[in-house]
Amino acid sequence: MRDRGRRPRIAWGRFFLPLLLISAAPLPVNDALIQSDRLPARLSELNLFEGGKPSTALQPYTLSTPLFTDYASKWRWIYTPPGTELAWKGDGLPDFPVGSVLIKSFGYPADLRKPEANIRMLETRILMKRAGGWIALPYVWDADGKDATLKRAGHRTDISWTHADGKPRAISYAVPNANQCKGCHDAGGQLTPIGPKLRNLETGPDRPAATRPLPRWDDAKAPLDQRARAYLDGNCGHCHNRNGPADTSGLWLDWDDEHGPNLGIRKRPVAAGRGSGQNEFDILPGQPDKSILITRMQSLDPGVAMPELGRATVHEEAISMLSAWISHMPQ
Amino acid sequence: MQLHRAILTAALASLAAPALSATLSVEAGPDAQERLQGALIEAKTGDTVLIGPGTFVLTDGLSLDVDGVIVKGAGPDRTILSFKGQKSAGEGLLVTSDNVVLRDFAVEDSKGDGIKSKAANQIVYYNLRVEWTNGPKASNGAYGVYPVESKNVLIDSVLVKGASDAGIYVGQSENIIVRKSRAHFNVAGIEIENSYNADVHSNIATRNTAGILVFDLPNLPKKGGHDVRVFANRIEWNATPNFAPPGNIVASAPTGTGVIVMANRNVHVFGNAIGGHGTTNVMLVGYQLAFTDTGYQPLPIDVVVRDNSHGKAGFDPGPQFAGGKELAAAMSGIAPVIWDGTGSGVHVSDKVMTLSMGLTDPKARARQANPQPVDLSGVPLAKEPAKVVLPPEMEAAIR
Repeated sequence: MRDRGRRPRIAWGRFFLPLLLISAAPLPVNDALIQSDRLPARLSELNLFEGGKPSTALQPYTLSTPLFTDYASKWRWIYTPPGTELAWKGDGLPDFPVGSVLIKSFGYPADLRKPEANIRMLETRILMKRAGGWIALPYVWDADGKDATLKRAGHRTDISWTHADGKPRAISYAVPNANQCKGCHDAGGQLTPIGPKLRNLETGPDRPAATRPLPRWDDAKAPLDQRARAYLDGNCGHCHNRNGPADTSGLWLDWDDEHGPNLGIRKRPVAAGRGSGQNEFDILPGQPDKSILITRMQSLDPGVAMPELGRATVHEEAISMLSAWISHMPQ
Repeated sequence: MQLHRAILTAALASLAAPALSATLSVEAGPDAQERLQGALIEAKTGDTVLIGPGTFVLTDGLSLDVDGVIVKGAGPDRTILSFKGQKSAGEGLLVTSDNVVLRDFAVEDSKGDGIKSKAANQIVYYNLRVEWTNGPKASNGAYGVYPVESKNVLIDSVLVKGASDAGIYVGQSENIIVRKSRAHFNVAGIEIENSYNADVHSNIATRNTAGILVFDLPNLPKKGGHDVRVFANRIEWNATPNFAPPGNIVASAPTGTGVIVMANRNVHVFGNAIGGHGTTNVMLVGYQLAFTDTGYQPLPIDVVVRDNSHGKAGFDPGPQFAGGKELAAAMSGIAPVIWDGTGSGVHVSDKVMTLSMGLTDPKARARQANPQPVDLSGVPLAKEPAKVVLPPEMEAAIR
């Protein structure tokens, strides 16, 4: 029992509980805990959610081109402590004040054709900015959806849903462990947010306009090259950049990197092993079927599949788009 | 009395072990994944994660991101981390922190690489086994042990079998020792790539496709490999047909090759026992593929091959060596040392034949070759790189 000293411990507290729920203002977000060095075992300790519902202090945001996570629905929020704000600079990430929290929840509707109905919440990932830097904590929701438990070592759970084509799907869903969080959220050895870059924010907090905003990857009206680069930025570029965990591959897929061998065009693999899938080049213009980039996205084999984490299904729609992009490249 | 002794023991123990270091023990059994990964996350600098004997059935890759942790098993045949049922991650164990010691355990059947350490300075791999238990197959993971982008790397008494790329691979790193280790049934036994200052000695590389490779590749953050010594190794009977997936550079390594030096500067190969290679014992070549990286040096420069003892070589060239079959037929075999003819400062004083392919461009086709025996013993010797010395605490960690 921690941090309970001020609360009434008397048994008749339960009689007041319904009354409290009606009359009490929402509990303030637990800034002291966020900025401490403790790792809360239960998500509820942070007061970011109450009974599974997000606090009104959280600002929702959406991304133009998000990371694909096995067709899961995702909800994102930013929290900044009272009296602070984000400092925007360029098209990238803003400066976050200490005490900021990025919150991302993952769940599945029973039927992808009815995305708002019968949602099973799986997990909520928290990035908290403390005085010493960001920390990443994965929480897995209890079966009743009222609270979530810290699982720093990760977790697997079997899930199923009805897919957009009406057919049943089932996968072993992996909640990442704390190291795997950093496996993506890493810039030069330091944990960093990825998503809320100005160029990729579709809706969210007040902010200036981006100079070169990312299009939606699935916006058929946007130029194919930009859609492809946006998808690669959001799904690959967090590792595949000059300072990221995949820098050693020499394959850099972030939005800012220039066209050329480091974008994969006629670039030979280095340490791909059987990930090369019999192909000689990451991208062979005109030939998506002979491009390692496509064959690794098509695979579910852990020794081949890219991204390495968080993908147990194939993102068919994105592969179609990227294949068209490669097909149309000048040869 | 009993109680007093217990208190005394506890007091002594607390004196002996600084309060800062702890041992986190993990035993085999159900939920091995969450328990072992949990210990690797909870460990603090100075701690030891002690993995008990038995087979640990793991469902996902493991990772360590805490500086100064020792991960220790009960021995490479007693503590077995089995990744046969692995569902995600590109390697069995990934280390991304500094001053880590990995020792006394085995990694089996990972779907990708066995053990990878990235940007992990002062890493020690000691008394480990990494093995794909169904033998050499293209479906095996690429690298057995795979330190990359690191400074100060020690690989000692490690055994790797079955890697579909290189058994022991050190990439984009500097200050490296690979010693007393064994590589069998891999495509490349031991490979030093895009790295500086490496000593590869006292190893046994047998029955791979190729024994020991010193390579440099274009389009990488760290390139211009140089200052590598390969000495006192036994490199024999590397004749396993090349089973690397096409597209990878080692897929071009000719079956039956002892040592290959490609696109590197100041590489010294001496005092090794090399023999039983159908293609050749020592191959010195430039990078044979097209590249656009203007900062890339594609030739063998200042390579010294001396004082090696040679066994039989050149009797059955691998199909990856273009024109090799025809050459062997015409000459009743090839030669224990093959040089493509490119680069400069290539010295060979082993008492065996060196065959130059007479090329001026490593990308030239086999039919443009003009194979001739050459005497390279008069080429001035490049200055030998200094012995690689690692921080003393790394050596102390395995004593």
